[in-house]
Amino acid sequence: MKYQSQKVAYAYFMVAMGLFGIQVLGGLLAGWVYVWPNTLSELLPFNIIRMIHTNALIVWLLLGFFGAAYFLVPEESEREIWSVKLAYLQLIILVVGTLGAVGSYLMGIHGGREFLEQPLWVKFGILVAAVIFLINISMTVLAGRKTAITGVLLTGLWLLSLLWIFAFINPDNLSLDKMYWWFVVHLWVEGTWELVMAAILAFLMLKLTGVDREVVEKWLYVIVATALFSGILGTGHHFYWIGLPGYWQWTGSIFSAFEVVPFFAMMSFAFIMVWKGRRNHPNKAALLWALGSATVAFFGAGVWGFLHTFHGVNFYTHGTQITAAHGHLAFYGAYVAMNLAIITYAMPLLRGRAPYNQVLNMVSFWLMTGGMAFMTFVLTFAGTIQTHMQRIVGDYYMDVQDQLALFYMMRLGAGVCVVLGALLFIYSQVVVRREVIAPNTMPKAEGEAA
Amino acid sequence: MSEILTKSRARNIFYGGSLFFIVVFIAMTFHSHRYVVNVSTAGMPLSPEVVLGKHVWERHSCINCHTLHGEGAYFAPELGNVMTRWGVQDDPQSAFETLDGWMAAQPSGIEGRRQMPFFEITPEEMRGLAEFLRWADQTDTQGWPPTDAG
Repeated sequence: MKYQSQKVAYAYFMVAMGLFGIQVLGGLLAGWVYVWPNTLSELLPFNIIRMIHTNALIVWLLLGFFGAAYFLVPEESEREIWSVKLAYLQLIILVVGTLGAVGSYLMGIHGGREFLEQPLWVKFGILVAAVIFLINISMTVLAGRKTAITGVLLTGLWLLSLLWIFAFINPDNLSLDKMYWWFVVHLWVEGTWELVMAAILAFLMLKLTGVDREVVEKWLYVIVATALFSGILGTGHHFYWIGLPGYWQWTGSIFSAFEVVPFFAMMSFAFIMVWKGRRNHPNKAALLWALGSATVAFFGAGVWGFLHTFHGVNFYTHGTQITAAHGHLAFYGAYVAMNLAIITYAMPLLRGRAPYNQVLNMVSFWLMTGGMAFMTFVLTFAGTIQTHMQRIVGDYYMDVQDQLALFYMMRLGAGVCVVLGALLFIYSQVVVRREVIAPNTMPKAEGEAA
Repeated sequence: MSEILTKSRARNIFYGGSLFFIVVFIAMTFHSHRYVVNVSTAGMPLSPEVVLGKHVWERHSCINCHTLHGEGAYFAPELGNVMTRWGVQDDPQSAFETLDGWMAAQPSGIEGRRQMPFFEITPEEMRGLAEFLRWADQTDTQGWPPTDAG
């Protein structure tokens, strides 16, 4: 850790990991209810469990992004953060908002737009926190060295904050409501968040492989260009069946088919940088997470997205377990794993324990990734059967669901594996104080002189 | 490639190209907005009852179990065409009565069956909810869903 104010990231990562734990436990409970549906059915109905599962995910990923920004911007800009106090104030607002949201969900107070269920005051809190963050980070970047990594990161964070405005716009017309809802949901995860992800990946490659900055940054621009060129009009693949014009079927099909490109590019980028790199960085776990994230994102977001993105296919698969399979692996690969990668890289530096090879952390990677892969496979099989029975034969929804019981049991097993991995990850970051296996002594990388 | 595509060219392509696609996207959504209002949802007025029904739908977060036009959770049946499935799409009174009867019977309490909670909903709100679901059902969704099963 080169700059004192990077320490802010430590608080963000700790809160993020706490919410990560809540998120996977919520997911485990939801998976349990699929198998034993009477569990807690009156005390804590499925819709509330799912709300906690998805909201905790989104908030902890954002906290991770904020933490990542506070960690990497000082190193990139060669400056302390403009205001450390504001950074902590922002975190406090977000924590109060999150606790407030979870509390109101448990009391049955919530909105009704998926993922945007937060009470209005929490939405405003998020907006205020985002504004504080943008001012703080922008002032830091403007005062210091400007790099492609901070430029892309800031572009992504500014745009995603701007899109949050649509969380407040809820037309009475359901089809319009849905259209503007996607402005937040799609343009976050298949647009602006990809910018953040690519910037973090570029930073990690720079640090872990020692490849020349010029090379890394040119790749970065190419990746984010393909992300937005495909992703913006790719929004059309959500506009097929919600009351919008038919031209979205071709627009959405063609452009969203290219959404696989940035993910393929990120995977290629990561591996090529590692091959080209001269540096043998001691933090093997961070490298594993970075490569793993790029690879799983390619399969989860890229391949599994491509699978049902053409309107001729989507006509039959829309809103089945195929969608659930894709959603789970895409979020895990692209955003969960990339967050865990930057946490894995930063934590030893933030806690002053580098070099540090983190064996338990690597075990947690395989537990989580194996579990998520298995979960995706069984949900894909379930979705295939569901698509045939419900969408082609025309059997009723609940009759079809009864036929899928075996897959839901296997999904629960996969979920247990993921939860164990997640808890092990948190344990390895928060509790473990010494090496399980002695590390090699390696030369330190730029910015690691702590 | 490295000589033709310099870093600054890559940067310019990124920012310029993104701006282009943002403009195209805004133009298309502007047209789509008008299309929704004037064409695809114009078959039934957006009455105060429908709006009330939408608020009831949102207050109870139905979307986190059901899907509506295929979007939502995948834990409970699709409701975008539920009034067609029940055969009451063209009969507001039957739509209300069928929905009211269904909601009053929840939760079923059957062991091993997914449970829908009981919701405190006034008759006026229930009528709104039925109208909202009829309104959603009449939307031109390009022929989706493929079968009445939703």
